[in-house]
Amino acid sequence: MSRVPYTSTTNACKLCTPLGATLVFKGIEGGVPFLHGSQGCATYMRRYIISHFREPMDIASSALGEKHAVYGGGPNLKKGLLNVMKKYAPKLIGVASTCLTETIGDDVHMILNEFRKEFGDLDLPEIVHCSTPSYMGTHMEGWHRAVRAIVDQMVTEKAEAHHTVNILPSLISPADIRHLKELCSAFGIGSVILPDISETLDGATKDEYEPIPTGGTPISAIHAMSGSAGTIEFGRTLAGNESGGTSLQKRFGVPCHQVGIPIGIRESDTFFAALEAVSGVSMPREVGLERGRLVDAMVDGHKYVFGKRAIVYGEEDLVIGLTSFLAEIGVKPVLVATGARNVNLEEHIRTVCGDVLTEMPEVHEGVDFHDIAERSAQLAPDLLVGHSKGYRYAREWNVPLVRVGFPVHDRFGGQRLLHIGYRGAQTLLDRIVNVILEKKQADSPVGYGYL
Amino acid sequence: MKAEEGLQTACGCMPGGTAGDMCGCASAEDTVTGCSCGSLCSDGRDGGEAGAEMDAVCMEGAVAGSFGSECEPDLDEADILDDDLLDERKGQVHRTGEGPLEMACNRESLAGAVSQRACVFCGSRVVLYPIADALHLVHGPIGCAVYTWDIRGALSSGPELHRLSFSTDLQEKDVIFGGEPKLTAALDELIDRHQPKAAFVYSTCIVGIIGDDLEAVCRKMTEKKGIPVIPVMSEGFKGNKREGYLAACKAMFRLVGTSGPLMEKDAEPAAVEPLTLNILGDFNLAGEIWIIREYFERMGLKVIANITGDGRIADIRRCNRAALNVVQCSGATMELAKMMKQEFGTPFMRVSYLGIEDMADSLYDIAEFFSKDDPEIMRRTQDLVRDELAKLMPELARYRKDLQGKRVAMYVGGSFKAFSLVKAFRHLGMQVVLVGSQTGTKEDYEELAAITDPGTVIVDDSNPLELSKFIKEKDVDLFVGGVKERPIAYKLGVGFCDHNHERKEALEGFVGMLNFAREIHASAMSPVWRFVPRRENKAATGGTED
Repeated sequence: MSRVPYTSTTNACKLCTPLGATLVFKGIEGGVPFLHGSQGCATYMRRYIISHFREPMDIASSALGEKHAVYGGGPNLKKGLLNVMKKYAPKLIGVASTCLTETIGDDVHMILNEFRKEFGDLDLPEIVHCSTPSYMGTHMEGWHRAVRAIVDQMVTEKAEAHHTVNILPSLISPADIRHLKELCSAFGIGSVILPDISETLDGATKDEYEPIPTGGTPISAIHAMSGSAGTIEFGRTLAGNESGGTSLQKRFGVPCHQVGIPIGIRESDTFFAALEAVSGVSMPREVGLERGRLVDAMVDGHKYVFGKRAIVYGEEDLVIGLTSFLAEIGVKPVLVATGARNVNLEEHIRTVCGDVLTEMPEVHEGVDFHDIAERSAQLAPDLLVGHSKGYRYAREWNVPLVRVGFPVHDRFGGQRLLHIGYRGAQTLLDRIVNVILEKKQADSPVGYGYL
Repeated sequence: MKAEEGLQTACGCMPGGTAGDMCGCASAEDTVTGCSCGSLCSDGRDGGEAGAEMDAVCMEGAVAGSFGSECEPDLDEADILDDDLLDERKGQVHRTGEGPLEMACNRESLAGAVSQRACVFCGSRVVLYPIADALHLVHGPIGCAVYTWDIRGALSSGPELHRLSFSTDLQEKDVIFGGEPKLTAALDELIDRHQPKAAFVYSTCIVGIIGDDLEAVCRKMTEKKGIPVIPVMSEGFKGNKREGYLAACKAMFRLVGTSGPLMEKDAEPAAVEPLTLNILGDFNLAGEIWIIREYFERMGLKVIANITGDGRIADIRRCNRAALNVVQCSGATMELAKMMKQEFGTPFMRVSYLGIEDMADSLYDIAEFFSKDDPEIMRRTQDLVRDELAKLMPELARYRKDLQGKRVAMYVGGSFKAFSLVKAFRHLGMQVVLVGSQTGTKEDYEELAAITDPGTVIVDDSNPLELSKFIKEKDVDLFVGGVKERPIAYKLGVGFCDHNHERKEALEGFVGMLNFAREIHASAMSPVWRFVPRRENKAATGGTED
């Protein structure tokens, strides 16, 4: 179903394409994201990202001015790369284009080839580039393009087979990534998580300022992804598209398991089944215990949440996982919305909810918050589940907002929110039950001390 | 003094004395004209450099002007770059007292250096954003609108249309076939829906390239809807923030002295009302403009237009009735003041509401301007300052006791704020060891060099690596900056005060000085710093903590 036909956008429910690419490049060991465009793009995205992660987020820019827009941005791009090399000594520079450089027609691929020739005598870092005009797609499109660019441009030879799983995790939190690593250890398999923002965007306080924070997917591990036992790629909406996972499968025969972002019981079950398949290890007892505790908690909490009407919004794959989980615990999703277009959201929601829900929620692609608000009048939601930007509506409607995903600009600890696996579902369940109890308590004239 | 010269009279005594001192003046003997230091303390007269010209460039600002030396791509130089500072950056760092100041500011940002600056669009958006009953439509792809959605604490006492983020969200087909039809339809829809008093249409990078005729679209819409629809020529790549300020001023100027639906200048300009003024260059962050307006009311003055904090279109349209423009943040709004001077003869005066001396001086300067019309105004102003200081100073003294001797670094948008903060920190007994701005002018940096202690590092258009280097070198206790600087400070275990547009604490006026002190105190005195590696390691090696 497409959005209500307004021409203008009010309070968008998406971000621009290059932002996703910068986050991916930030998750590579020694990586510096570089935007080929005017200075403002880099600065705006930095402050947006910093406000969520509360970590430094350096994004270099070719800082094009008017004459570069006329004569081409190539010289500035090259100069910018040299300056970043000098100042950061990066292992990788990830160049993402912007609407400006796409429209003036800069051929970044050619410029980079020239650069490699001109400065072949220097110790050049890996330079990866992807095309991310902001007038095409959303930040998730930029994310997937950057992941695919890294795989296509850096994994060029078949590596020796090794007992490792590649995980392409989509945009999840640093806490989620740390949990993934733990899980892979529990299954006794090595992991390459691309990208890995668990340390680069959630690191320790340091004595010396690190131009590039430690952590990130090791470059050598990326090169060796072609020898892994399999790839697990998060994101149902990637199905049927060229992706990092399909590229590895097609070129190097690495089996690709495309699964939904593992939020809730069934999507996590699917993920663990894939992990069992790749690792050859059946589910370790401690993970099984987490599942058991989650089911136990769902039983304990089921009456508090049953029938509550939820609006879920945000990135397409995140909302699929969230909606699947809400359905499992008895919450009634009434509206599922994303700013992205052409992602088959309705079909995916039917797939993940079909056997649990008796009534499908409204599903809208390409919406903004004006559209969501307009629908909500009829839908009478009890809670919102999504990022911070829904706050003004939650406030207006006096319903709780369960903050998840990115960005969380008005609460503390957004980078440490756990969403995935049984443990992530447990955390989400606790939070959802508690906001409902809190509201009940606040609205009650009695002020019950037991709930 | 002649108002339009924007001179700050000053008593010439250096502030920053002992805690008990009401205004913090160290040497009353230095007093020259303008205030007698006996009453000085309760007067709060400026203790800065006598007669120093405050070429005030603001929080996010710099004077509008053309580019200085542009950085031509010069690839050969790159491999001989210095390890610590990129070669081309060396001209943009100075240490007070070490050689003549030759600051190569007003350059384009260096490609590949992670500049803290933004773009032309950002400059325009910052200035016009607080106009609360206007529709602000960003014509471009979604990013420019979404990253500026409700990011500032610019409050409104009435409508809050400015807090919504409107975009044409240009798609590939719009880029190929032109965005004018979509813009027209979006304006039509949004103006009907929200009934704004005017609409600003911001141009972005892409619009500059595909060549949409904003002027024509806006003119047609003005005729159709009977409200001003004004293009803001803010294509991101056409310079830096200051070009954006200029574009915003030009857009606003089209409104001044108009009352008809088609925005034509009134044939008979309105008569100037005595004892009135416009507040330019205050954005009502955390309600600051309300503090300042209250001072003016106590002085017996009437504010015609807030430009732009808590701003209204109707006020801006009739602001040529005011007898005086007071301009803070001159980088952002000085061009408007100049245009109004030329067209309507409105005099202007530079002011600052930050810190004690600058706040008091500004009020006195304004009182002096109006004293020919109201002989009592100076007395009322003195009473006001005395009352405020009597409340403020004892409280400040308490904070000062804790903060004495701590070291401060600041990196702000424009150096106007830096001037005021350097003085403010003296009141807190703190030592400024680094001061920098995104967009200062050579004159600004000369001024900074003059008012800071020897050895103070002065930087223009800096970046994280450089800033972190100086933080370490100077063993800074507290950093003042914006959201992009905060993680640098925190990562190194240094206290931080947000003095940028996102702040939620009012820092202007006398009460703002107290809030400022409280915030500085809350960060600098936190026990958490003892656990950060920088301090822990020092303690472990036998170094003293602070």
